[in-house]
Amino acid sequence: MMPSAGHPTSPSPALTSPSPTLSPNLMGSGVQTAAADRPFHGAILTRSRWFAVMSALALLSLVLVMLCLQLGTQYIGLGNIFGLLWSALFGTTGEPDTVRTTGVILLQVRLPRVFLGFLVGSCLAAVGVALQALLRNPLADPYVLGVSSGAALGVAIAVLFGIGTTVLALSLLPVCGFAGSLIALMVIYRMAASYDRLPIHSVLLAGVILNAIFSALIMFITSIMEPNRSFGMMAWLMGSLTAPAYPVLSALTAYLLVGLILLLKQVRVLNILALGEEPARSLGINTERTKRVIFLLSALMTGAVVSFSGMIGFIGMIIPHAVRLVVGADHRLLLPASALVGGMFLMVADTMARTLFVPSEVPVGVITALAGGPFFVYLLVWRKDRLA
Amino acid sequence: MISERGEHALAETGGGVDLRAAYAYDLGGVHFCYGSTRGPDVRWVLRDVTLQVRPGEILGIVGPNGSGKTSLLKLLAKLAAPQTGNITLFGCSLAGLSQEDTAQTVAFVPQESAQLFPFTVAETVLMGRFPHRQRSRWSLGFGWEDQEDCQAAAQSMATMDIAHLAARPVTDLSGGERQRTMIARALAQMPRVLLLDEPTAFLDLQHQLDICAVLRRLRDERRLTVVIVSHDLNLASQYCDRVAMLKDGRVTAVGSPSEVMSVEILRDVYGCHVLIDPHPESGLPRITLPGPALRSHH
Repeated sequence: MMPSAGHPTSPSPALTSPSPTLSPNLMGSGVQTAAADRPFHGAILTRSRWFAVMSALALLSLVLVMLCLQLGTQYIGLGNIFGLLWSALFGTTGEPDTVRTTGVILLQVRLPRVFLGFLVGSCLAAVGVALQALLRNPLADPYVLGVSSGAALGVAIAVLFGIGTTVLALSLLPVCGFAGSLIALMVIYRMAASYDRLPIHSVLLAGVILNAIFSALIMFITSIMEPNRSFGMMAWLMGSLTAPAYPVLSALTAYLLVGLILLLKQVRVLNILALGEEPARSLGINTERTKRVIFLLSALMTGAVVSFSGMIGFIGMIIPHAVRLVVGADHRLLLPASALVGGMFLMVADTMARTLFVPSEVPVGVITALAGGPFFVYLLVWRKDRLA
Repeated sequence: MISERGEHALAETGGGVDLRAAYAYDLGGVHFCYGSTRGPDVRWVLRDVTLQVRPGEILGIVGPNGSGKTSLLKLLAKLAAPQTGNITLFGCSLAGLSQEDTAQTVAFVPQESAQLFPFTVAETVLMGRFPHRQRSRWSLGFGWEDQEDCQAAAQSMATMDIAHLAARPVTDLSGGERQRTMIARALAQMPRVLLLDEPTAFLDLQHQLDICAVLRRLRDERRLTVVIVSHDLNLASQYCDRVAMLKDGRVTAVGSPSEVMSVEILRDVYGCHVLIDPHPESGLPRITLPGPALRSHH
C-alpha cells in the first residue's frame, strides 16, 4: 500500500520520501537540496538580506539628510547642525544673534523642506511600485498615468473657488487632490480592464490622454485667475517643496505614514498579483478587493502629495525600476527600499534645485523630469525589444 | 487503468472539502457565457455541460479552437462562475467555497504567462505556498517562507527539472523553462486537483514526455486529479485516463481514449478525416493526419 498523500497544509509523505519509481538522479538531487538548511541560498529574499539592505539604506538616508541640511545659500557646518538640533530639542536659550539666524534658516526653512522632500519622494516611489505591480506594467507611475495631474486639477479647482484661501485649506486641498487622482485612476482602470490582458501601451496611452485633458483644464483655470495667484499656481504645478509649518507638516507625515504602512501590508499580495490576475485568483487572492484597496491608497497618497508639492514626475517609475535591478523583484523588499531610495533621490534633487543656480531656484519637478524623461524613453525602447 | 485506487484513499478533508467524495468534480447542466445573458443573441461558450471528474484520474479536454475548453477549465478553477447549472468540488458546491479554500485544493496553470518582473524561479515557485501561509492581522504580512515551504518548493522544482534554474530571473527563461516553472509553482501549492491549460504547448519532445510522466506519477503517488486542456490529440490519447471531447461548447463524447478517439467522432468534431491505428507500444489509438495523396483523393 502506498502512503496516502498528505493534507494540503502538511508535507506529503509521498513527496518527502524518494520513491523507486522516480528517475533517481533527478529526485535524489532534489531531496538533498531540500535537506540542506537553506535550499535556495541566494535565490530568494531572506529575512537577513532584508535587514541588511534596509539598514544600509537607512544609514545612507541619514548621511544624505545630514549632507542636504548642510548645503544651501548659507553653508551650515555639521557641528553647528548638531548643536542647533540639540538646543531646539532640549530648549537651551540665550545664543548670540548670528546663531539664532542660522537656527531659523536650519529649523524653519531647511529641515522641514528636506523632510518634505524625503517624504514626498518616498510616497511617490512606493505608489509607483504598487501601481506597477497592480497594472502589471513596469512603466506605470502616478505622473505618467495622469494621476498626479488629476490631483493637480482637483487642487486647482479648489483654489479657483477660493477654498484654498480659507482656514479649511489644510484639510480641503488634499481632499480635492484625492478626488482628482481617484477619478484619474478609475478612468485608467476602466480603460485597462476593458481589455483581457493589460496591454502596456494602451494603458500608457490612456495616461497620455488624461494628462492632456487635465493639463488643458489646469491651464484654463490658471489663465482665468488673477495674475499673482496664477504665478503662484504655475510655480506650484512645476513641483516645489516649500514646506508648510510644522503642525501641517506633522499632520501630513502621519497621514502619509499610515498610507505607507497600509501599502506595506499588501506586499505579498503584490508579489502574487505580478504573476497575473488569473494565477493570483487561483492562489486565493480576492483581486477585486485588492485592486480597490491599492487604488484607493494610491489615490489618497498621490492626492495629498500633489496638493503640497505639485507635480513631481517620474520618481514613481525610475526609482522602482532601478531598485528592482539591484535588490530583485520581491515587493517585500522592493517597496520599502524604493520608498527610502525615492526619498533620498527627491531630497538630493531638491538640494540641487535650490543650490545649483543661486540666487534663483529651479522647480524640483524640472530636475526630476529631466532625469526621468530620457530614462522613460530608454525603458520604452528597451521593453519593445524585449517583448518582440 | 488507475492503480491502487483502494480503501486507503484519503481519509482527510482539506480546504473545506471532503476528499472522500465520489467525484473530484461533478458538473451538472452547466451553461456559461461571458458578459450578459440578456438580449437576443447570447453567445453561450458552454451549453449544458454535464461531466464528472473522478479523483485520481487524468482527464483530457480536447476539441477544436473556440469549443470552450479553456472556459471550462476556468469554471473548474473558480475563475468564472456558470450562469446556470452547478459544479461541485469533492462534494461541495464550488460556488459556496471561498477563493482561499479553493486554492488549498485546486491549482491552476494558465496557458501562457509572459512575465514582466524579474522574480527568480525559486521566488516564483514559492508563491505557490501562498494559500498555506498564515496571514496575521498585525504583522506586516511579510510571511517569510519557512523550512516546509522551501522543501515543498525544492521538491516541485526537482520534479519539474528546474532546480538548476533557482536563481535565474523568470524574465530570462525560455518558454519551456517558464512553463515548467509555472507547473512547479502549482505543485508547490500541494493541490489535490491540478488544472493545466495547454501545458505542453511550449515544450520540446523530451520535456513533453517528462511532464506527462510526472503527471502520471503524481496521480499514482499522491492520487492527484489532473485536468488537461490540450490541442494534442495523441498526447491526450496516450497519457489521459479519460478524454472529454468538446464541440461548440457541448461535450460530444467522454470516455477512455479508445472510446473517444474514433474516426467518426473526430470527423464530426473537427470536420476532417484522420487516420487512426493502434500505437505500437501502448495499443492506444494513434491519430495521424492524412497525407496529401489521400486528401486530394477525398
